[in-house]
Amino acid sequence: MHKKELRFQLLCHIIMGIAAIVTILPLILLFISSVTANKDITLYGYSFVPKHLSLEAYSYIWNERMQIFRAYFITIFVTAIGTGVGLSISVLYAYALSKPYFPGKKFFSFFILFTMLFNGGLVPSYIMYTRYLHMKNTVLALIIPGLLMNAFNVILIRSYFQNNVPISLVEAAQIDGATEFQVVMKVVLPMSKPIIATIGLFIGVAYWNDWQNGLYYVTDEKIYSIQQILNNMLKNIEYLSKNATSVAKSTSLAGTLPAATVRMAIAVIGLLPILVIYPFIQKYFVKGISLGAVKG
Amino acid sequence: MQTKIKKIRKYLPVYIMLLPGFAYLLINNYIPMTGMIIAFKNVDYAKGILRSDWIGLKNFEYLFKTPDAFRITRNTLLYNVAFIIVNLVIGVLFAILLSEIRSRISVKIYQTVILLPYMISMVIVSYLAYAFLASDTGLLNGILTFLGLQKISWYTEQKYWPFILTFVNCWKYVGYGTVVYLASILGIDRSLYEAASVDGISKLQEIRYITVPMIKPTIITMTLLNVGRIFYSDFGLFYQVPMNSGALLNATNTIDTYVYRGLITLGDIGMSSAAGVYQSVVGFVLIMAANWLTRKYSSENALF
Repeated sequence: MHKKELRFQLLCHIIMGIAAIVTILPLILLFISSVTANKDITLYGYSFVPKHLSLEAYSYIWNERMQIFRAYFITIFVTAIGTGVGLSISVLYAYALSKPYFPGKKFFSFFILFTMLFNGGLVPSYIMYTRYLHMKNTVLALIIPGLLMNAFNVILIRSYFQNNVPISLVEAAQIDGATEFQVVMKVVLPMSKPIIATIGLFIGVAYWNDWQNGLYYVTDEKIYSIQQILNNMLKNIEYLSKNATSVAKSTSLAGTLPAATVRMAIAVIGLLPILVIYPFIQKYFVKGISLGAVKG
Repeated sequence: MQTKIKKIRKYLPVYIMLLPGFAYLLINNYIPMTGMIIAFKNVDYAKGILRSDWIGLKNFEYLFKTPDAFRITRNTLLYNVAFIIVNLVIGVLFAILLSEIRSRISVKIYQTVILLPYMISMVIVSYLAYAFLASDTGLLNGILTFLGLQKISWYTEQKYWPFILTFVNCWKYVGYGTVVYLASILGIDRSLYEAASVDGISKLQEIRYITVPMIKPTIITMTLLNVGRIFYSDFGLFYQVPMNSGALLNATNTIDTYVYRGLITLGDIGMSSAAGVYQSVVGFVLIMAANWLTRKYSSENALF
């Protein structure tokens, strides 16, 4: 019996171990490729065991750092504003819907729920944002379309409020003369930190990773996000050198661009922030995903 | 009337709280819904959208006469079916294995690792795929050469792409399903297992007769949720990972990539808006049907 249990444990570990390795291997290949000598890759291809290590890709990118820094700045700015505004309007909408009664509650519930069932699609949105709201090539185009608020997040927050903030507490505060806004700030939010953190991270990661708004609405290089630089380099490896602003311009003959490694190095640079914060935020993610499953 | 005004005044702060979200949904979601009329018009920006001429179902007639209409529908549906099945089977398997592993730290590590790709943007996923698939420098062709086999031009050979995309999709999203099913398994009453162990049943029987039946509601809910979205596809997966390769279109073009290419690359608003309306309307019917089924099966998990 005991031996059998041991063998079963071993089997579980083997299968999950393989799964974990398969998951992580592409990331390791990406990292190793970024520090491989470029000529090794042109000769032998991407490999887990490079013959020569080299930081030429990173030093090349360092020469083009202004573009990368600017893109990082845009991404951070967009993520910060998007998350702040998105979280605020989601929390307010969710708090209102969590109230047991107000005239029109059904309508406002349906108003947000319906967006999960039906949408107008890309073409009308695109025409509205570009032709009528003139957002093409503005930072607003990276913040507003699609990402600011969604029904799924609002429903999660609303359920959390309903299940974790006792109505009696809200009523007591109101009897003491607190306004609705004071109730939200002083009673509801302090009791809802886990869900606020979770939804904030959901929104934040969506902004950090977003490349679609950039693809649809932005052609001006000055407001490229980091994902968009990545996206352009995927299509055209010469992208960085073509737009070289620094000293590298004079030296960037076709042969000097370590194309195969720069590609991977820049992906590493785009990925790094997520990898660094992931261990700290993953428990909130797990919580949010499990919550979403219970209250799909 | 008097009382109504009084009532509204009483609840004024609530309406003020709803206002920013309401305004956002109105602009981001509802105005584009009304904008769907462009599929029935010959859009002429000089006249403005409302004054452009109605052309009835012409755009749809053109769309359904092309071989693309069938192709993008087939691809969207078949890929989704494959994704739903593969991710369900592997997600449930991983969740069961994780729930059986005794060492808490190991479970934590496995779960953290397999959820990681969920956090990675599709653009970076395309880079990862490229390192494996590039024709002269990719790792896979390196291995094929090493084994003395012919190199494969991955980005021009369509027949491999159903497998590649299903694999990439599973790699990226199976962690999500695993977390969901694991949460569901951890919610099962432990006494069921204790009673079973007294009866001396084996581990496999335990999984078959306790774990799987107990998480069946979660499985059905998740599956119906995905079935409701079967007419939609992950734009990034189908556009970025194949690197927008024209040679692969037959195997990788879905409704979403078709709409995008029609709009941006070709500037053919008529066709792409018709395809968009087709997706929205059929998608809506499918979501309603899936929800109706969910409500029949377990009403507490229905969307509405």
